[in-house]
Amino acid sequence: MSTAVERALPPGPATAARHPLFIATGAVVAAGTMMVFGMLAVWFKFRDASPLREGRNAKMIHDWLPADLKIPEVATNTLAITMVIAVIMGQWAVYSATRKDSQHTTLALFITGMIGIAAINAQVAIYKQMGAVLADGAYQTMFFTITGTVLALMCSGVAFSFVAAFRVLGGRIADRAVVTAHAMYWYFITTAFIAMWFVVYVQK
Amino acid sequence: MTTVNMPSTTGAAVPAGSGFLSAVAAWLTTTDHRRIGRLFMGFSVLWVLSIVVVNAILGFERIDSASIAINEGALPQLFAASRTLASFGVLIPLTLGLAIAVVPTQVGARSIMFARNATFGFFLWLFGTSVVVGSLIANGGPGGGSATMVDLYLLGLATAMLGLVAASISVIATVITARTAGTDLADVPVFSWAALIGAVSTVLTLPVALGTLIYVAVDHQYVKAAFGGNTEISTWLGWAMTQPQTFLYVIPVVGVLAELAPAVARKAQPLRGGVFVGIGLMSVALFGSVTQNIHGFEWSGTLSDKVQSFVPYAMFNLLPLLGMVVVLGLALLALRSDTLKITPAFIPVFLGGGMILTALLGNAVQLLSSAQLAGTVFEEGVLHYITYGAVLVVWGAVAHWSTQLWGRELPAQAVIGLGVLGFAGTVIAALSMYIAGFADQQSEVVADFTYAGPAGLWNSASTVGHALMALCVVAGVATATRSITASASTGGAQ
Repeated sequence: MSTAVERALPPGPATAARHPLFIATGAVVAAGTMMVFGMLAVWFKFRDASPLREGRNAKMIHDWLPADLKIPEVATNTLAITMVIAVIMGQWAVYSATRKDSQHTTLALFITGMIGIAAINAQVAIYKQMGAVLADGAYQTMFFTITGTVLALMCSGVAFSFVAAFRVLGGRIADRAVVTAHAMYWYFITTAFIAMWFVVYVQK
Repeated sequence: MTTVNMPSTTGAAVPAGSGFLSAVAAWLTTTDHRRIGRLFMGFSVLWVLSIVVVNAILGFERIDSASIAINEGALPQLFAASRTLASFGVLIPLTLGLAIAVVPTQVGARSIMFARNATFGFFLWLFGTSVVVGSLIANGGPGGGSATMVDLYLLGLATAMLGLVAASISVIATVITARTAGTDLADVPVFSWAALIGAVSTVLTLPVALGTLIYVAVDHQYVKAAFGGNTEISTWLGWAMTQPQTFLYVIPVVGVLAELAPAVARKAQPLRGGVFVGIGLMSVALFGSVTQNIHGFEWSGTLSDKVQSFVPYAMFNLLPLLGMVVVLGLALLALRSDTLKITPAFIPVFLGGGMILTALLGNAVQLLSSAQLAGTVFEEGVLHYITYGAVLVVWGAVAHWSTQLWGRELPAQAVIGLGVLGFAGTVIAALSMYIAGFADQQSEVVADFTYAGPAGLWNSASTVGHALMALCVVAGVATATRSITASASTGGAQ
């Protein structure tokens, strides 16, 4: 029996893939967006199902956020601004990499990572200020789950920033795909956070 | 279309020596797309065999509704194993494995993009599904009695989902970025297009299930209040293991049918764009997943009520059916040819495609409120049709591409014989559930059900069907193993 190997033509020249990392990161971002927005949808479902009670100005509101829990609005709003700054730094890295400016690219990537660490710190501070306990009820469970998921995404973003920074520091400035993918990933994290911030911290 | 049939040059080098350990190491660290694909398909077959056996046990248990032979406490685990493994152990990984093995060759790439990511995805999936099975054996899963094992089930499911998403990303990147220079996306072979649509659908829907699963897992671990604990897992995650979501998992299978029809007709596919649209239309079921809801059609109330009920029903259940009809119709159009020469591989593919169409039709009927099929075994029949139909199509696809996968053709008699046997098994197993569903036999119950009609006959028939399918799977594995072994001994691709 003849085999494919015997019949096969010699292979053609290797095809250079076109922006594979960018496309793969795009797929990761799409997956992450679906996950976070799916979680927000479940949050809405629970909030809408909660009973109504009289709030300030005699306005009827959903009894979703327990009365003994207060959202620290200064910290959460500062965190939202911090996330926007992180994405600006990520874009600065792309701008510098396009100009083959390794110093500014490295600096921008390290700053993005450091801002990410600051954001993680802020989120932990919010947990401490709120004093919520995960096992206290449905709200607390869902609050820690959704904010914890976004926190995990932030941690992965920080790791990505430092990996990208050390690659550039190692002289791989011509490899712009990583820096571009890194910026896209931070756009995603920031978008996911802003959506979560608006629903959980602003709308409550 | 340029094809690359030579062994991958980017695969992991085989370590020195030809011992068993070095061969295992080469497989474990492989970056050869054909090996990764075969790993996915090989272990999926293990889960196919598991669910066929579980389904046969459940069918046997239903023959006499007055008594229970097995431990009653194990029933939730058996039903959960059947459902979970059908989606996450068979449908997605089987089709994904085929895509990983074949797509790079079709689009002219040397290997799958991010091959290590695909391998990592395989191991995540294998670990996750193994944990799921282990936890089910140890009284976990939906309705499980052991809280630790229920947590483990959820962890395993999340891991398996992550693995499948990771491997799907490699398929997406390959089709989009590694095509032969000058080839548009519209020029890729139909199977590659279907693999792309299927992978995109997986990447967009499984994370929604994963997000919900994280909530359920945290709630189950700490509170057991908001999400109902172990008994409500299916309420929150069941949509990912039933229709219309399962239609997304078999989109690549539909691509196989559309690919092989013009190949056996030895002519170009007429209205090729229409096939692409038909396959894309099936992914409309994706939106059903996003809503995390099953949309039935209620024939009651005013005309406005009926329209309001019909639109989402048609959107989520009839459009995927329309997509399948378009693909099948155009495949039949291609088969109208003077140069038609049916190959052995086409027979199981054609029969399996028919099973999936039957499943789509069944699902559309099941969701009509006036049919009164909700909560009956009819839905189990639909899932059997999809699962076994997909297995048949992949069997045909493996036979079609076996020379590319391991350098040797499968014996024609075995391909045809097992295809026909599998078809018979599928019809007997699933059609009897359709009939029992119309007779109002309750779903996920094995005892204390009564209805007018020969209940024992339908459940006996279903058991025989599953047994035939088990025989078919075992014989298929033996046939493929012999072919691979023979190929290896003659120096073919491994």
